[in-house]
Amino acid sequence: MQLGKIIGTIWATRKYEAVTGYKMQFVQPINSEGKNIGEPIIALDTVGAGTGEIIYYVTASEAVIPLDVDMAPVDASIVGIVDSINLES
Amino acid sequence: MILGKVIGTVWSTRKDENLVGAKFLIVRHIDLEYKPKEATVIAVDSVGAGVGEIVIVAQGSSARQTTFTKNKPVDAVIMAIVDKLDISIKEKQKETVVL
Repeated sequence: MQLGKIIGTIWATRKYEAVTGYKMQFVQPINSEGKNIGEPIIALDTVGAGTGEIIYYVTASEAVIPLDVDMAPVDASIVGIVDSINLES
Repeated sequence: MILGKVIGTVWSTRKDENLVGAKFLIVRHIDLEYKPKEATVIAVDSVGAGVGEIVIVAQGSSARQTTFTKNKPVDAVIMAIVDKLDISIKEKQKETVVL
C-alpha cells in the first residue's frame, strides 16, 4: 500500500457499470515525510475521503477486493484515511 | 488508473481469437491540464468511448476484470469517460504536506 494526498475529484457519468456509485479521486503519491513522489494517479474511493486528506491506497488487481462487486476494471482503490503517522527516526 | 485522451483507433485482422470483437483505441497519456505526455497505450473500450474524448484507463491484471475482457490477453481497458476534473490547484502545488 502507498501513502497519498487527494488533490481533486473526477466527474464521469459514463463509466463501467460495476463502479457506478463510487467516487474517483486524483491521488498524489507521497512518502512518509509527506514529499510528493511521481505523477498523480486516479483511484476509486471506498472510504469517503475528501480533497486535501492524507490516505493510503492499494494498487493492481487487489484494488477490486474492497468493492462490493466481484469484478471491476479498477487498478487503484483508496482503503483508509490517515489520522497520524509516527516515525521513530 | 491514468488519465488519457483517445487519439485514434487500431484495426487488426490477424489477432488472438479471444480478441475478436474488441474495440481498440489509442490513448495518449495527459496531465491534469489536459496537456499531452509522450506515452501512448492501446486500450480495449468497455464504455463506448470515441476519438477526442478524455478517458480513464485501468491497467495491469485489473484490465481483465470486465465481462468482455475476462481471461483474455488484455492489459489496458477504458473504464470511464471524464466529464469534468475538479482539481484543487493549491493542493497540487504543495511539494510537501505536514503529516
